[in-house]
Amino acid sequence: MTTAQRPAAPPEGQMHTQIMSLNVGPQHPSTHGVLRLVVDMDGETVVKVTPHMGYLHTGFEKTFENRTYQQGVTYAPRTDYLHCFGHELAYVLSVEKLLGADVPERATTVRVILHELGRMHSHLVFVGTGLLDLGALTPFFYAFREKEALQDLFEAVCGYRMNQGYFRVGGLSRDIPDDWPARVETFLDQMERGVTEYTTLFAQNPIFIDRAKGVGVIPPDVALDLGLTGPNLRASGVPLDHRKDNPYCGYESYDFNVITSPDGDSLARFNMRLLEFGESIKIVRQGLRRLKPGPVKDPNRKISLPPRHELETSMEAVIHHFKLVTEGFHPPLGEVYVPVESARGEVGYYIVSDGGSMPYRVKIRAPSFVNLQALEYACVGAQFADLITILATIDPVLGDVDR
Amino acid sequence: MPDLIAALLISLLKAVLVVLGLLTTFAYMTLIERRLLGRMQIRHGPNRVGPMGLLQPAADAIKSIFKEDLTVTLADKLVYTLAPIVAIGMALTAFGGIPAGPAGSLFGENPWVYNLDAGILALLALTSMGVYGIFLGGWASGSKYPMLGALRSSAQMISYELGMGLSILGLLMLVGTTSFHGIVGWQAQNGVLILFQSLGFALFLISSFAETNRTPFDLPEAEQEIVAGYLTEYSAIKWALFQMAEYVNMITASAVMATLFLGGWKGPQFLNAVIPGVSDWPLVWLIAKIAFFLFLFIWVRATLPRLRYDQLMRFGWKLLLPLALANTVVTAAFLAFRGSGGLWFLGVLSLAGLLALLLMSDRVRVLWNRPTVRRPESEAVRAGGD
Repeated sequence: MTTAQRPAAPPEGQMHTQIMSLNVGPQHPSTHGVLRLVVDMDGETVVKVTPHMGYLHTGFEKTFENRTYQQGVTYAPRTDYLHCFGHELAYVLSVEKLLGADVPERATTVRVILHELGRMHSHLVFVGTGLLDLGALTPFFYAFREKEALQDLFEAVCGYRMNQGYFRVGGLSRDIPDDWPARVETFLDQMERGVTEYTTLFAQNPIFIDRAKGVGVIPPDVALDLGLTGPNLRASGVPLDHRKDNPYCGYESYDFNVITSPDGDSLARFNMRLLEFGESIKIVRQGLRRLKPGPVKDPNRKISLPPRHELETSMEAVIHHFKLVTEGFHPPLGEVYVPVESARGEVGYYIVSDGGSMPYRVKIRAPSFVNLQALEYACVGAQFADLITILATIDPVLGDVDR
Repeated sequence: MPDLIAALLISLLKAVLVVLGLLTTFAYMTLIERRLLGRMQIRHGPNRVGPMGLLQPAADAIKSIFKEDLTVTLADKLVYTLAPIVAIGMALTAFGGIPAGPAGSLFGENPWVYNLDAGILALLALTSMGVYGIFLGGWASGSKYPMLGALRSSAQMISYELGMGLSILGLLMLVGTTSFHGIVGWQAQNGVLILFQSLGFALFLISSFAETNRTPFDLPEAEQEIVAGYLTEYSAIKWALFQMAEYVNMITASAVMATLFLGGWKGPQFLNAVIPGVSDWPLVWLIAKIAFFLFLFIWVRATLPRLRYDQLMRFGWKLLLPLALANTVVTAAFLAFRGSGGLWFLGVLSLAGLLALLLMSDRVRVLWNRPTVRRPESEAVRAGGD
């Protein structure tokens, strides 16, 4: 090395220091998938964070354009694989609005129940992996005990433990099993015990509180500027919840609270999820009480497939079946957007119809993508270990970020 | 001359026994740890290889020996290879001074490898040297994550080591010797030292967790933050040597705590009334006490999250060090004014201090928990990125 290449000599009595760029991910134990961050650090103090996304880009938005509307249901849950029903619901609600479909009450109630169960599923993963990121190993297994029970419920209803694709434009793919509501009740009791356990065992742990309190504070105005939604925004004290503000699926008739916290730090974001379990349990309980026997599909034969037995007797049913399977329905010309409150925030499918049987354009408003923009704001000036805490409490799902 | 050779041979044999014993314990410690963690985490743990998974350590050993031993291009080859050897060497050497029974109880020989008058001091020195293994290993890897791990481990070492050394100073003043035999003998006469130095014991216990890089102080290898810390670039047997060093350090730390505070190889005297001579059985009591501490290590690992690096530093400097100093001063004052009688008074004092500390833990926490200072506005974000 020649003298010319050497960095300038530090002033007398000072050490020479320089900013270190650290590449975190896409194969790092706690980037929640394949997020890549380039972190500039001064010692262990974060100076700058640059997220590099796209490692999980799947091209779903483009795929939607080449599938019929009904087929699109398969792709929606795969974007956010932790709260699948959130994306599914947002997609079918948009198409139904475009189409003017008439969803039976039973189907709507089941949707609400599954939407909330899905929220719990996502929050359970949040609690487990979030604490794992702080070095606590056991919470992960405790949270996944409940998560497994929850996935059994999903499996019972549609055969899939993840990426369900259970909703249909106009209702549900099939009715729920007879013993399902009772099983959900049992699960809710288990879940209530679980939440008490997480709260007393992990959330009140002094080391955890020291690690999370005051870390990654996002004030309300900044949160709004950055476009945060969902629990991350509510943790900053802004009571925005589309279940209250733009009710869908009859959420206005359910009794639940929108939980907010004035702190805006990682601890608030964590506790937000723990408290939301309680609200979700309340909503599911009310939904179960409302379940009445009835159809689960729009009776309109131009939207829903005819029942199997009719195909053997009715020529008309065969024709409808053929048309729906080979071509699908044609919504009228127009564009539509229905926001839905998923576990991560506002999910919406902006769909443009040119009158054909496939969407002209689908744009997903993915909450993880927007929430991730707060990462740099929250991390600058914090320790490297805090970056992991903040990333965990922002709770992005990379499928949702990259789409 | 033949006597000297015989003595040398016997020492060598004992050293080999200790090393083999420690390495076997390490191997089964990994299995027991995984099975216990499994129990605590509603899962089974490894139970496929052999009955109850008993052959798992053998399988792991074969795997780590035959795996490809990679050396990163940017690594400083010599130091990179030397580091794990330093770590395991220091860890194994440190254990040799711990007496496992009364003199001459091991087939007529003494159940320890070496006996130094400065036993505890030598042990502290050796375990501190072990940090060089971690530090050099991380430094020589030529990669950023290991370097962060290395820096963390050295920062950690200077933060807890002073407190650790000072926390047993009171004990040493009380006993008046630094030899393990003297300490065990003193306890056989006056009662175990945990009764008189409970505060010192608590401090030493906490420091031991930091010393052995275990949760909640496992910052140098914090998986979720710096991947595997100093271990990141290591593979195969070199990696296994580091693991060995960590576990052997745990065993040594347990043995030291057992010897310093729980009476060492001596069992409780009152049991002699039931089975005469039971408290003098060699090995049994020491192994039982070591097992207790090892269980504690595993239990804590299953329960607690990890501290942040600056929190650990503040914890070491602002809590451990002053408390250890206070403990030393109180013990010194006690010795100056009360002679060596009325030991129970010191015990009560120490316990009261510990309890007061636990009761005030919420207020004390402020000492090491200061929220991270951040600049009020991130200009880059407010200005719309750069």
